[in-house]
Amino acid sequence: MYETTYHRASDVDDAVAKLGSADDGKYLAGGMTLLPTMKQRLAAPTALVDLTHIADLKAVSVEGKSVRIGAMVTHYEISQNSAIKSVCPAFPMLAGWIGDPAVRYRGTIGGSIANNDPAADYPAALLALDATIHTNQREIKADEFFTGLFETALEDSEIVTAVSFTAPDACGYEKFRNPASRYAMAGVFVAKTGGTVRVGVTGAGSDGAFRWSDAESALGSNFTAAALDSLSLNEGDMLSDIHATSAYRANLVKVMAKRAVAAAG
Amino acid sequence: MGMEGIGARVARKEDKRFITGKGKYTDDMVVPGMRHAHFVRSPHAHAKILSIDTTAAEKMPGVIGILNGAQLAEDAIGNIICGWMIHSKDGSPMNMGVWRPLAQDTVRYVGDAIAIVVADTKAQARDAAEAVLIEYETLPVVTSAVEALKEGAPQIHENAPGNLIYDWEIGDSAATDAAIASAAHVTEMKIINNRLVPNPMEPRAALGVYDEGEDHYTLWTTSQNPHVARLVLSAFYNVAPENKLRVIAPDVGGGFGSKIYIYPEEIVCLWASKRTGVPVKWNCDRTEAFLTDAHGRDHVSTIKMAFDANNRITGFKVDTIANLGGYMSLFSSSVPTYLYATLLSGQYNIPAIHANVRTVYTNTVPVDAYRGAGRPEATYLLERVMETAARELGVTPAELRRTNFIREFPHQTPVIMCYDAGDYEASLSAAMKASDYDGFPARKAEAKSRGKLRGIGMSCYIEACGIAPSAAVGSLGAGVGLWESAEVRVNAVGTVEILTGSHSHGQGHETTFAQLVAERFGVGIDSVSVVHGDTDKVQMGMGTYGSRSGAVGMSAVVKALDKVEAKARKIAAHLMEADESDIVIENGELKVAGTDKSVPWFQMALAAYTAHNLPEGMEPGLKEGAFYDPSNFTFPAGCYICEVEVDPDTGKTEIVQFVAADDFGKIINPMIVEGQVHGGLAQGIGQALLEGAHYDPESGQLLTASYMDYTMPRADDLPSFQVSTTETACPSNPLGIKGCGEAGAIGSPPALINAITDAIGNNDLTMPATPGKVWAIMHGRDGHGAAATQLDRHYNERTA
Repeated sequence: MYETTYHRASDVDDAVAKLGSADDGKYLAGGMTLLPTMKQRLAAPTALVDLTHIADLKAVSVEGKSVRIGAMVTHYEISQNSAIKSVCPAFPMLAGWIGDPAVRYRGTIGGSIANNDPAADYPAALLALDATIHTNQREIKADEFFTGLFETALEDSEIVTAVSFTAPDACGYEKFRNPASRYAMAGVFVAKTGGTVRVGVTGAGSDGAFRWSDAESALGSNFTAAALDSLSLNEGDMLSDIHATSAYRANLVKVMAKRAVAAAG
Repeated sequence: MGMEGIGARVARKEDKRFITGKGKYTDDMVVPGMRHAHFVRSPHAHAKILSIDTTAAEKMPGVIGILNGAQLAEDAIGNIICGWMIHSKDGSPMNMGVWRPLAQDTVRYVGDAIAIVVADTKAQARDAAEAVLIEYETLPVVTSAVEALKEGAPQIHENAPGNLIYDWEIGDSAATDAAIASAAHVTEMKIINNRLVPNPMEPRAALGVYDEGEDHYTLWTTSQNPHVARLVLSAFYNVAPENKLRVIAPDVGGGFGSKIYIYPEEIVCLWASKRTGVPVKWNCDRTEAFLTDAHGRDHVSTIKMAFDANNRITGFKVDTIANLGGYMSLFSSSVPTYLYATLLSGQYNIPAIHANVRTVYTNTVPVDAYRGAGRPEATYLLERVMETAARELGVTPAELRRTNFIREFPHQTPVIMCYDAGDYEASLSAAMKASDYDGFPARKAEAKSRGKLRGIGMSCYIEACGIAPSAAVGSLGAGVGLWESAEVRVNAVGTVEILTGSHSHGQGHETTFAQLVAERFGVGIDSVSVVHGDTDKVQMGMGTYGSRSGAVGMSAVVKALDKVEAKARKIAAHLMEADESDIVIENGELKVAGTDKSVPWFQMALAAYTAHNLPEGMEPGLKEGAFYDPSNFTFPAGCYICEVEVDPDTGKTEIVQFVAADDFGKIINPMIVEGQVHGGLAQGIGQALLEGAHYDPESGQLLTASYMDYTMPRADDLPSFQVSTTETACPSNPLGIKGCGEAGAIGSPPALINAITDAIGNNDLTMPATPGKVWAIMHGRDGHGAAATQLDRHYNERTA
C-alpha cells in the first residue's frame, strides 16, 4: 500500500468537505474491495474519507412493504434483519451469501453498489426490486444507477446514503459461485408484484448487471420455472473469461433463474 | 506398544504452538540492524534486458543498496544447479541452460528476479524497486511444452535447440510395440496432467546475516532440507564455505516439495547481507509465491495399453511431453523420468513397458517436484486407462484389475523398480466393502430420481517412496545420496534429545520420532525433544520430501537407539552385577529378568555421566549417532473409490463418498497418518476438480496468480473421508514403514475423474473437471472455449 491519509467523516457534509480538500481522495465504506486493491498498489488515493461512522447512514426501516436501508449497513446486519426477512426474505438471504463472515461484517450495501463489481450480488436484487438509490444529491432508479462494469451514475463527490424498495409479493435469489473467488458467476433475483415480474442478473453480463426482459415477459403471464424452458440468452451479451465461457454463463443464468422462481414459490 | 509407543494415537506435541500462533517462522526472526528486501522482477515472460538504471531508486528514502546480476557476477556467485543428470536416449547429456540468481541478459518468465533492493523498511524497498528503470526488448513467448517443440517456436536457451532439454526413454520399445501389434484389444488415450501451484500456507522467506567479525554467514529460510541448502550454497553458489555458513529452517508452514529447492531469493539475500553490510530479510507475498514457487505436473501424454484375449495386459506404451518452465530447477529432471516412468507398471503384471519422455523449456516458472512428484502423473495415466479399458472390454473395473494384479513378491517390473511387499487384493476388497460398491446401482437410481447423475470410480495406486538407496540413485544420475542421519543424546537426568536430518514442516516429527523412544525405553514423549532444521545442531541430513522421514529418517533413529540401548544395557548390568543378556527394558526401568532387581532409566543415565562406576574401559556419557542408507524404495499402495453426483444443469460435481484403503506398512501414529491421507486427498481432489495454473499463451502472464482465480480446495468442496489401512510390513527397513505423505495426492485424481466420467457417460474429460467443462462436454459444446487452458487445447487437438 502506498502512503495515504485517513479521515473519519462525522456526517455527510463533513465527508464531502473532506473529500473536496484532498488531492485525490476516495470515500471508504467497508473497504472490502478498495483496501485489497490499495494493498496491491493498484489504487493509490492520497486520502481516504471513512463513511462508516456516520450515524445517519446506518439506519434500517421497514414500514409495511416499504424498506429503506442506510448505505453503511453491513451485509451481516442485513442478513440478520428480521423485519426485512419478514417482507422480502430473499434479500437478507442474498446478503448472507456474500463473501465470507469477515467480508459480511465489514462490507456495506452502499459500498458494494457504488463499486458495482459485475459479480456483486446486490445489483441483481436492486434491479429486480425496482429499487431507488438515495444520494446526498438526488434519487436514482436502479435501472439508471448501474451503467456498466464498475460504473455507476454517481458523480465524483456524490455519496450513496440509502437504498429503498417496496417489497414484492414473492421473490427469490439463486447464484452459481465462481469456484475460485466464490463471487457470482451467475446470480439471478426474481421479484413478482401482482402481474409484474422483474428479473435482475449479475455475474454474467458483459456490461454488468442487467434485467432479463424475455424472462420478465414469460414469467409475467406464468410464474413457474417451466415458463423459462423455451427461452435462451444471447451468448454474445455474456462475459467470457478463464472461469466460464459465455455459453456456459448463458446457461447458468437460465438455470439460476428457474431455481430462483422455484424458490420464490 | 504402550501409551505413547509405536502405534499409539498420540496427539501432536507441536500443535499447541502452531494453533495458538506461537510457532516461530523465518519471518518471525528479528536480528539487530535487520533491513528489508524487495525484488525487482520481470513483467515480461521473455525479453532481453537492454539496461538497468538504479540512479533514481538509489536516492529514495531508506535505501541501503540495490544490487543486480552484474555485482553477482563480480563476486563469482554461481549459476543455479540442477542436481540430477539425465541423458537422452542418444547418450547425450541434458541441455541445461544458464540460470543466474539475478537475470543479467535475458528474462525467461514473468517474475524472473533481476535486482534486489535493500532498504530500512519493506515499504521503502518496494517503493524504490518501482523506481528501478529497466529497458527491455520483448521477445516472442511460448508457454506450452507442445508448442515449444514445434518448428519456429521461440528459442529460450541457446544450448537447448528447439527448447528440448532431453529426449529420454525407459523400457523395451520393440517388445512393447510387438505386444500392441498382436493384442486382442488396445486402449488408446490422450492424457493431460494439469499444472499446479503448490500454495503452502507459509510463503517463502529468507533472512541472510553476515557477521564481519567472524566472517560467518547465517541463513534463516523456509526449507525442507537446510543441509542441502548449505551444501549447494557453499559448493555451487560460492556464497560461503560450509564451515562458515549456518542454515536454519525453523518452523516451516508446509512445503509440498516447493521448499526443497534453493531459490534465487535465498542465495541473493545471503550474499547481499555481506555486500550491503546489513542483515537482509525477504518475505514473499502470495502473488510472488504464485509467480515464483516451482509449479508441479504439466504433462501431455499419449498412451496405448495392450490386452490379450483373457484381458491380461501385454504391453503399455507411453509418450510424454513435460514442461519444465524457463529454467531447470533442482530436481526437475528426475521428476518426469525416474520418479515417473519407473511407476508405470502400477499394481499390475505388465511384461512390456516403454515410455518416451521429452522435457521442454517454456516461458513459465520452473516446474519441479510437488506432492507425489511424478508418481501422480504415472498413476493418473494407469488408472484412467484401466478404468477406460474395463468399460471397453465390458468387465468391471475391479475384475480387470484383479486379473492383472501382481500377487507374488518380490516382483521385478520392466521399469527398474523391484516391489518388495504388498497385497493389492486386500486393499481393493477393503475399499469395495467400505464403499458398498455392490450397492451402487441402487444409489445411482435414487440419485436419478432427484435429477442427479451419480458415478463411481476406482483407483489402485502404487508409489515408490522412502527415497532412496544412495548407490541406486547415484547410478541413475542423482548428484546426492539419499540416506539420513540421526543422533540420540540421553541426558544425565534421562531425558532424551533426538537430532535428525529430517525436517518437519507439518509432518509431526516432534511427536512420532519421540514415540520411537517411548516404545524402546518407556520414556514419556514429553521427556523427548526432537531437534531438526539447524546445520549447527545436526551435522548433516538430506531433509524431508518423497515420504522419506519415516522409512529413512526414523530408521536412522532406530540405528542410533540400538547403539544407545546396547550401552545402557552394559551400564545397567554393571550396576546390578548381572549378566547383560538378562537385562530387559520395561516401563522406564532396566530390570534383571527373573529377579526383583531394577535400575530406573534416569539412574542409569546419571551413572553414564557421573562415570563413578562404569564398566572398565567404557567411555562416559550416553550419546550415539547413526547414518541409515535404505536398501530399497518402499512401496505404499492402496485402493481409492470415489462416488460423485453431477448436476446436469450446471455441470457441478459433488463428491458424495470417498473411501481410501491404504497399505503403509507399520504405522507409528494412526492419527497423524490419517491426517496425512486427508491432506493428500484434499490436494489430489484439488488437482482433479479445482486447481489449474493458466498462462496466457500470447503474453506469458500467469492468469491464475491469486485466490480470486486459482481454486484451492475448501472444506465444503470435500466429503468426510472414510479412511482405513491394511498392512504388509515393509521388509526393507527396520520398522517396516512405507511412507504415507504423498499417497492421497497420488491415488485420488483418477478415482475422481473415473467417477465423473462414469456419471456423465463421457470419457472425454481433462482435469480440473470444472463445472463449466463438465457441462460443455455433456452438452456437446466446444469443450472449453475461452475458458480453455492451453493444456485443454492440446487435449482437443489430440482428440480431434
